[in-house]
Amino acid sequence: MEYCNCFESPWPADELLMKYQYVSDFFIALAYFSIPLEIIYFVKKSAVFPYRWVLVQFGAFIVLCGATHLINLWTFTMHTRTVAVVMTTAKVLTAVVSCATALLLVHIIPDLLSVKTRELFLKNKAAELDREMGLIRTQEETGRHVRMLTHEIRSTLDRHTILKTTLLELGRTLGLEECALWMPTRTGLELNLSYTLRHQNPVGLTVPIQLPVINQVFNTSRAVKISPISPVARLRPAGQYMPGEVVAVRVPLLHLSNFQIHDWPELSTKRYALMVLMLPSDSARQWHVHELELVEVVADQIAKVQWYASLLGAQNLSSLLDLGFILVAVALSHAAILEESMRARDLLMEQNVALDLARREAEMAVRARNDFLAVMNHEMGTPIHATIALSSLLQETELSPEQRLMVETILKSSNLLATLINDVLDLSRLEDGSLQLEIETFNLHSLFREVLNLIKPIAAVKKLYVMLNLSPDLIEHAVGDEKRLMQVLLNVVGNAIKFTKEGGISVSASVAKPDSLRDPRAPDFFPTHSDNHFYLRVEVKDTGSGINQLEIPKVFMKFVQSQPLAAKNSGGRGLGLAICKRFVNLMEGHIWIESEGLGRGSTVIFIVKLGIPAHLNESKLPVLHKGPGNQVKFIFSGLKVVVMDDNSVGRTVTKGLLVHLGCDVLAVSSGDECVRAVSYEHKAVFLDVSMAAVDSFEVAVRIREKFAKRSGRPFIVALTGNTDRMIKENCRKVGMDGVILKPVSVDKMRSVLSDLLEHGYLVESQ
Amino acid sequence: MEIVGQLQKQFVDFSTSLNHEGFLDEQYLQLQKLQDESNPDFVCEVVSLFFDDSEKLLNNLATALQQQVVDFKQVDAHVHQFKGSSSSIGAQRVKNMCVAFRNFCEEKNLDGCLRCLQQLKHEYFLVKNKLETLFRLERQIVEAGGTVPVIG
Repeated sequence: MEYCNCFESPWPADELLMKYQYVSDFFIALAYFSIPLEIIYFVKKSAVFPYRWVLVQFGAFIVLCGATHLINLWTFTMHTRTVAVVMTTAKVLTAVVSCATALLLVHIIPDLLSVKTRELFLKNKAAELDREMGLIRTQEETGRHVRMLTHEIRSTLDRHTILKTTLLELGRTLGLEECALWMPTRTGLELNLSYTLRHQNPVGLTVPIQLPVINQVFNTSRAVKISPISPVARLRPAGQYMPGEVVAVRVPLLHLSNFQIHDWPELSTKRYALMVLMLPSDSARQWHVHELELVEVVADQIAKVQWYASLLGAQNLSSLLDLGFILVAVALSHAAILEESMRARDLLMEQNVALDLARREAEMAVRARNDFLAVMNHEMGTPIHATIALSSLLQETELSPEQRLMVETILKSSNLLATLINDVLDLSRLEDGSLQLEIETFNLHSLFREVLNLIKPIAAVKKLYVMLNLSPDLIEHAVGDEKRLMQVLLNVVGNAIKFTKEGGISVSASVAKPDSLRDPRAPDFFPTHSDNHFYLRVEVKDTGSGINQLEIPKVFMKFVQSQPLAAKNSGGRGLGLAICKRFVNLMEGHIWIESEGLGRGSTVIFIVKLGIPAHLNESKLPVLHKGPGNQVKFIFSGLKVVVMDDNSVGRTVTKGLLVHLGCDVLAVSSGDECVRAVSYEHKAVFLDVSMAAVDSFEVAVRIREKFAKRSGRPFIVALTGNTDRMIKENCRKVGMDGVILKPVSVDKMRSVLSDLLEHGYLVESQ
Repeated sequence: MEIVGQLQKQFVDFSTSLNHEGFLDEQYLQLQKLQDESNPDFVCEVVSLFFDDSEKLLNNLATALQQQVVDFKQVDAHVHQFKGSSSSIGAQRVKNMCVAFRNFCEEKNLDGCLRCLQQLKHEYFLVKNKLETLFRLERQIVEAGGTVPVIG
């Protein structure tokens, strides 16, 4: 049976209603068919769409829905069973697909939603990055500005220019309305408006430095926003507009005096200037952080540049570079020098050690040589002296003329040898400086006379005249080494005689004048005058054979003889003049020869330094002027002595003797009294050893014991009338300093005292 | 001043003769040298001392030699003292006598000693006399307004 799906219509089938349904269905189907087409079209268009499968499903679902509605169109009229079957199939399929789609959508829709959020997130991120880019760009710009500014600042190192330029550049860079600099006054109590950007002539405003706003700015190195109405910021005439924001920053001012290298970069300075920066009024501008940073950096840079400027005083950038190079170079060189000095120091230490060793070795060598020389001198001296003595004795005996001649030759040769040996010893001691002058006061005039007396016989034999001329300003007594001076003089004079065949020699002595002291050939001889010294100048002129100009330097050298040894009288004293030179040098003097040539004679001139005997004020010391036949004047005044004699006459006489000589005498008659009375003040104790009741030897021993621990023991001298040799021995054994034979004359006592005080012992115990 | 001159000449002659005769030797001259402004009576003092000392010694000697048992050591000691003082003065003959005396003492020769003592006394009084004369002359010269000549 054909089943009709149409059911009983309660109302009459409305033709219009049917028509509308028919049309709607048609359009629905159309839409249902076109939606997938659109989707497919757009999906094809898009590059990425991950949900194709979903679309297909969706499409299928829509298509089927459309098909269903389409087929529905045929069901409005009588339709066959096939149509009903197709309708059913379509409906079933649609149901399946719709459910599947619904299920699938559950999965998809959250995904689709999340896509949307991600998109939103990415957009935000992009915006943020954009912002940051902007910041970096501005910072870079700031940096560029700073560099430019510092370049400008450094390009002129004058402080005023620095500051003015700073203000200018800052004003330009930051677009400021006003930029001002307040400098501290000399007193440091006020700030003076020194520079402004716009005002051409600062009015010379001052503000006290102790304002709280100023303190606030000075206490921090940051730029500080200050109120536009604070005194430092009131720079523009009040306008009708809102003043812009004002910022102030401290600018450290440097003086070279308070600059410390190790305080860098913390500049220790107490003086600040104040820089005030004003944004244009009535602008919405605000101080940005990077702008504040710029200001701070600039303020800091000013200080650094000031340091450069003060250090250099340079005017341009290249000098700054030079400074940099110089500093680096200096540092490097310092490092090099330091290293060098360390190495040098090490080297020096090594050298010192080596030198020390060498010195010790040299000293040992010198000592060894001296010992050797002394021994050799002694050893060689003994046989030589024996030869000389025996030859002299032989001369006294009966000899034939030939024998006499031979003995004379032997004697002469031996004498020569003896002299040579002595000279060698002297010279070696002179050379290594171990020879010391024996300084004492002596009579200069008599020295010359003695030398001449020695020379006169020889000169007489050779029929030569000898002249002595002592200048009147030459003092009679001098302080020096008498023996060595005589040796020098003898040597020089002897040489003069030796090399003169006719005519004579003349010796003149005078006090050297300062200008004449300088020998042009000895430019390193700088004699100096003083109050207790004078320079003796001696000239020995001879009319002899003279010396070739070329030979002159060799004359004073050792072992060099300019004359051939053929002459009978030539003594071959190769060392003589060398020794003289050494002695003269030891006496801080100089010796040289002048000669006009061979056959014209020669002059030996030497200058030696001698002391002037001083006047002694001390009463304890004697001033002794010795000399043959001279008026003897001396002072023993106040010399404390003790006399012990139990014989009253003898005691009185001895006391009187000593008192006459100026001593302060304490006379005692017993040994006990003597020992008790002797003190360190006494210089000498005279003990009569011929006393019967008193053992003077025991007294001497006791006196020595009393002074055993102390130095400055008084001299103990024995007085005896006994010529027995035993007395002398006993005295010496007991430790006495001398023995005098009674009766003692005034002269004898005088010489005893002077011997004691000068030498510390009695030279002769007569 | 003739008197002064005369006296001085007398003085010189006398001193010279004393020296020649050996009564006073160089030592006496030395003593005279010791006399100066700071010590104007030095010689007189010393000589007086000598006189006193000597007389004491002579007495001691006499006593010592008169003992029953003569202590020659003691005698020698005295003579030694005498010798010392006489040589300090410059009384040469006295001193020489003392030397001889000491020899006898050593030999313990009593006779010799006694003889020596006598001679010693004799010599001593001789030289004492001479010295007193000398002093008298000196005083006279000074009183006459002159100065005593210095010999030597």
